[in-house]
Amino acid sequence: MGVEGIGASVVRKEDRRFITGKGRYVDDIKLQGMTYAHFVRSPHAHAKVKSIDSSAAMKMPGVVGVLTGQQIVDDKVGNLICGWAITSKDGTPMKMGAWPAMAPDTVRFVGQAVAVVIAETKNQAKDAAEAVVVNYQELPAAADIRAAIKPGAPQLHPEAPGNVIYDWAIGDEAAVKDAFSKAANVVSLELTNNRLVPNAMEPRAAIAEYNEAEEHFTLYTTSQNPHVARLVLSAFYNIAQEHKLRVIAPDVGGGFGSKIYIYPEEMVALWASKKVRRPVKWTGDRTEAFLTDAHGRDHITKAEMAFDKDNRILGLRVKTHANLGAYMSLFSSSVPTYLYATLLSGQYNIPNIFAEVISVYTNTTPVDAYRGAGRPEASFLIERLMETAARQLKADPAELRRKNFITQFPHQTPVIMAYDIGDFGASLDAAMKAIDYAGFPARKAKAKSEGKLRGIGLSCYIEACGIAPSKAVGSLGAGVGLWESAEVRVNPVGTIEVLTGSHSHGQGHETTFAQLVSERLGVPISQVQIVHGDTDKVQFGMGTYGSRSLAVGGTAIVKAMEKVEAKGKKIAAHLLEASEGDIVIENGEFKVTGTDKSIALPMVALAAYTAHNLPDGMEPGLKETAFYDPTNFTFPAGAYICELEVDPGTGKTSFVNFVAADDFGRLINPMIVEGQVHGGLAQGIGQALLEGAVYDSSGQLVTASFMDYTMPRADDLPSFKLNHTTTLCPGNPLGVKGCGEAGAIGASAAVINAITDAIGNNKLEMPATPDRVWHAIHGNAT
Amino acid sequence: MYETTYHRPSSVDEAAALFTKGTESKYLAGGHTLIPVMKQRLASPSDVIDLGKIKDLVGVEVFADAVTIKAATTHYDVAGSGPVQKAIPALAHLASLIGDPAVRHRGTIGGSIANNDPAADYPAAVLALGATIKTNKRSIAADDFFKGLFATALQGGEIITAVSFRIPAKAGYAKFPHPASRFALTGVFVARTKSGDVRVAATGASSSGVMRVPAIEAALKANWSPGALDGVRIAADGLLTDIQASSAYRANLIKVMAQRAVEHAG
Amino acid sequence: MSTVKLTVNGKAVSADVEDRTLLVHLLRDHLNLTGTHIGCDTSQCGACVVHIDGRAVKSCTVLVGQANGANVTTIEGIAKGDELHPMQAAFRDNHGLQCGYCTPGMIMSAIDIVHRHGGKLDEETVRHELEGNICRCTGYHNIVKSVLDAAGRMKVAQAAE
Repeated sequence: MGVEGIGASVVRKEDRRFITGKGRYVDDIKLQGMTYAHFVRSPHAHAKVKSIDSSAAMKMPGVVGVLTGQQIVDDKVGNLICGWAITSKDGTPMKMGAWPAMAPDTVRFVGQAVAVVIAETKNQAKDAAEAVVVNYQELPAAADIRAAIKPGAPQLHPEAPGNVIYDWAIGDEAAVKDAFSKAANVVSLELTNNRLVPNAMEPRAAIAEYNEAEEHFTLYTTSQNPHVARLVLSAFYNIAQEHKLRVIAPDVGGGFGSKIYIYPEEMVALWASKKVRRPVKWTGDRTEAFLTDAHGRDHITKAEMAFDKDNRILGLRVKTHANLGAYMSLFSSSVPTYLYATLLSGQYNIPNIFAEVISVYTNTTPVDAYRGAGRPEASFLIERLMETAARQLKADPAELRRKNFITQFPHQTPVIMAYDIGDFGASLDAAMKAIDYAGFPARKAKAKSEGKLRGIGLSCYIEACGIAPSKAVGSLGAGVGLWESAEVRVNPVGTIEVLTGSHSHGQGHETTFAQLVSERLGVPISQVQIVHGDTDKVQFGMGTYGSRSLAVGGTAIVKAMEKVEAKGKKIAAHLLEASEGDIVIENGEFKVTGTDKSIALPMVALAAYTAHNLPDGMEPGLKETAFYDPTNFTFPAGAYICELEVDPGTGKTSFVNFVAADDFGRLINPMIVEGQVHGGLAQGIGQALLEGAVYDSSGQLVTASFMDYTMPRADDLPSFKLNHTTTLCPGNPLGVKGCGEAGAIGASAAVINAITDAIGNNKLEMPATPDRVWHAIHGNAT
Repeated sequence: MYETTYHRPSSVDEAAALFTKGTESKYLAGGHTLIPVMKQRLASPSDVIDLGKIKDLVGVEVFADAVTIKAATTHYDVAGSGPVQKAIPALAHLASLIGDPAVRHRGTIGGSIANNDPAADYPAAVLALGATIKTNKRSIAADDFFKGLFATALQGGEIITAVSFRIPAKAGYAKFPHPASRFALTGVFVARTKSGDVRVAATGASSSGVMRVPAIEAALKANWSPGALDGVRIAADGLLTDIQASSAYRANLIKVMAQRAVEHAG
Repeated sequence: MSTVKLTVNGKAVSADVEDRTLLVHLLRDHLNLTGTHIGCDTSQCGACVVHIDGRAVKSCTVLVGQANGANVTTIEGIAKGDELHPMQAAFRDNHGLQCGYCTPGMIMSAIDIVHRHGGKLDEETVRHELEGNICRCTGYHNIVKSVLDAAGRMKVAQAAE
């Protein structure tokens, strides 16, 4: 390992601009002649739009235009799409209702846009938006799953009778039934996986510019995947052709999934820039983020697990209702199906699994992938079940898990996934050691003598990352391939630019990817520039989500470097008059093994570009491209243990210790990896203790600001103790698995298992607010 | 935010005169109550009159039997005031729990009390300590000042100039913060006067704003100790229920916070 | 409309703006100091924290008129040329940031915390003092580490002066 190569915790190259206030986020950009958009949004969860009168608004100072949903329909702008087709058990395709970017006739959630005002200043646009008169005819709303599936419930879309989008299943129902019939014990659980709001700190924003002379659009947007945005905007929304649209995602202030999707606001800004022939900027505020960013989770689940007399798992039966909100967002359909039910085997040898998932429309904000996306829901369910089983079967929670761990790899689960490698026992051992599991009973007794209720909770998670083999996801209904591309340009003087289709919005790609180059080609990371986030610069890419950037995007870089290296070796061999097979690369030099002959990379690059002395027939230049399609998912896994105390007087939870033992395969930059885990843990703990989007029965979002939606703050969280156990991923040359979502996937169950252990009541919903915990202690759970 | 006209008077009289000129004037001191409401377009004052720079409205004075905090004194300055910490430590402690550090640098006692947010901290101290609210027109006893949710005895244009707190024998404040907003989900201020009287006020709990808690007052008058409240039951009737806390939970918090306030009273 | 005059990062500035203009908008839209960010509408997140006359303040909750005549320091004004402020350096060295959006406000609050507490900071105090700054990326672990590290560096820097 070089000092800046694989395994080195080098400080981040990108940090200087952020810590000096020189980051360049979308809202920081100003274009000549820029106008400002403000949306007129529905205050109702469900209503007919009878009429829109913008005449008064048009007369307001500074107003450039008022555009409505009908105009967007008239201009044949395409409806928003869902890019993953799911087929119900009965063979029928999922039932998708139309979602125009602004509602021409019906609004289905509070905050849905019906019109946009474009004005010279932000305030003028906002002032005029209030003068747009919208005449609504209110309709009854279905604000949650139970309300939506009740007989006689208000219907959202004519396409989806009973508000059911699909009724899907995976696994072998008959085999599960048979397994349960042989069970010595059955453990059952009903739970809710609470709805979350992603709340990246940078609200979404877009600036669109139309160049009339070139008939060309440029869109600056807060995107995790600018090429996907361009593809969708051109192929499906008919606003601009692909070769006439440049999408730039500059510095992006966090995503967590919420910035994967191409939202109505970005579409409208792009469309409007041509309508008004001026650049149009829209910057969301936090309230708009709460109302319109795709939410996450929101499941209701009943599950049963069958055990034999030796406490080995025989089977698992799951029935989940998933709330997809008022419209089907881009990848929404896949989240509660292929990203959820395929992980229901957890870390355990479960011979038989059957899971049914019914996804429903409600009059709420659309729901899609949020950090973990389906996998946190699966992990929470399995780990709550295991804990419940341990209590019911009077087994030690660690031993019950260990007894059922998968220990032979590869392992084919009954729900599609083929785990390639892992050592679940090693992670659990490391976590138990780190927290002194054996000493817990004594600590609990001591806490009791001090009037505190102390609990410990385990969570052994597994996730499928490195999303994903294109052929596999294609066969499951995905509308896109999930490969990644990279280009490695060695410049004539030996500096290197790496163009990647991954997008960094906090993950530190500019450093981690540079380390890959440093390791392979021996150049310092200061000589490497990572270029991303601009469709005019980067050939193509699928973006960053699903903990895929390193395993897929990083591997694409490695593949491109292999080509650079091969060509460089040919040039070096030619210049050194040696055999190509004798050339090795060490510390940035091409060396002839066993001799003192060498040539530095910059000289090879220079030779490639001067082309004065290249092998016969070789093209000049030293720049290579690779597209990498993964061969399998990767399977990061680990064990989290949480120890905490509950104040019986108030129900307030305080952390004593939180330890993690993760297996992410090879770590490129351990400092960055640990940062990713910290952030994920905070979101998982946030889900368990603090966060929850709440709608009232009329469909109003009660938690629409940081005053009501509890974001984790510094004093809500502990410092974390992280450990790593490693099995190298056999599926990619780096041996990496992905680390971005683990914390969010594994943490929630550890926390709830610990609280329920502390209070001696297993019935506790998330978020476990002090009120809920206090009621659970006192036996009258709300 | 709607357009407005900003004024920065240098005296209370000038401020009061400016107030009458506007069609819908509002006073502002730190701005941490008014500005968020203006940003939400829930208030649209024609004129905003800034009291924050009026020298006569800033500062703390400690007398033998009372502490006077001028209205535009920030929470930060009250929390960090040595004389306040010495005379009524619970009051300084309360100020240190309001909002967050940046909010405490701007927010003022006058603004807090004039707004009478049902979850604000200061009203609990004002009521429990039987403080006197001084305005540019008169003095108002705490018992007469708070008139329910966001309502006070202040008349249009009247300016709070100071709040005078009698120094108690013992006082304590315990707050259970709202997990999201960090306002008081329930905060309880307990005070025992030098004559042995006990006053207890709870904020954040009631749908009609800050309130006295007679059951706790009686128990503490008989026995000033946390244990004295073990048998006290607070009725949930009239208490707030929202997504964070049911009325039953708030009723429990009133008792538990009162116990903790007594335990840490100084 | 009013003319406001104030000092920003040591430079006298003046602008003609609507009275409803917030300090954060003056900084971002009129002075092009876009390091100060907006992350919420309710004075909760702290992405907009700057110093006014040496105290950390949420610039989204200050009318420009209130800042008239004041001395304002933003994230752009704390480094000495190429030399980072010790708090900036500590955030970089301890990986105290990821997406960078909350970072300017976080650093400005953190400097204020160290100024108020001197070297007497522990983890619990730092966590409590960071109550008004929300970060979605880091879980605060490395932010807390950064602040504690910087507290030591700032003490050393002060002693050297």
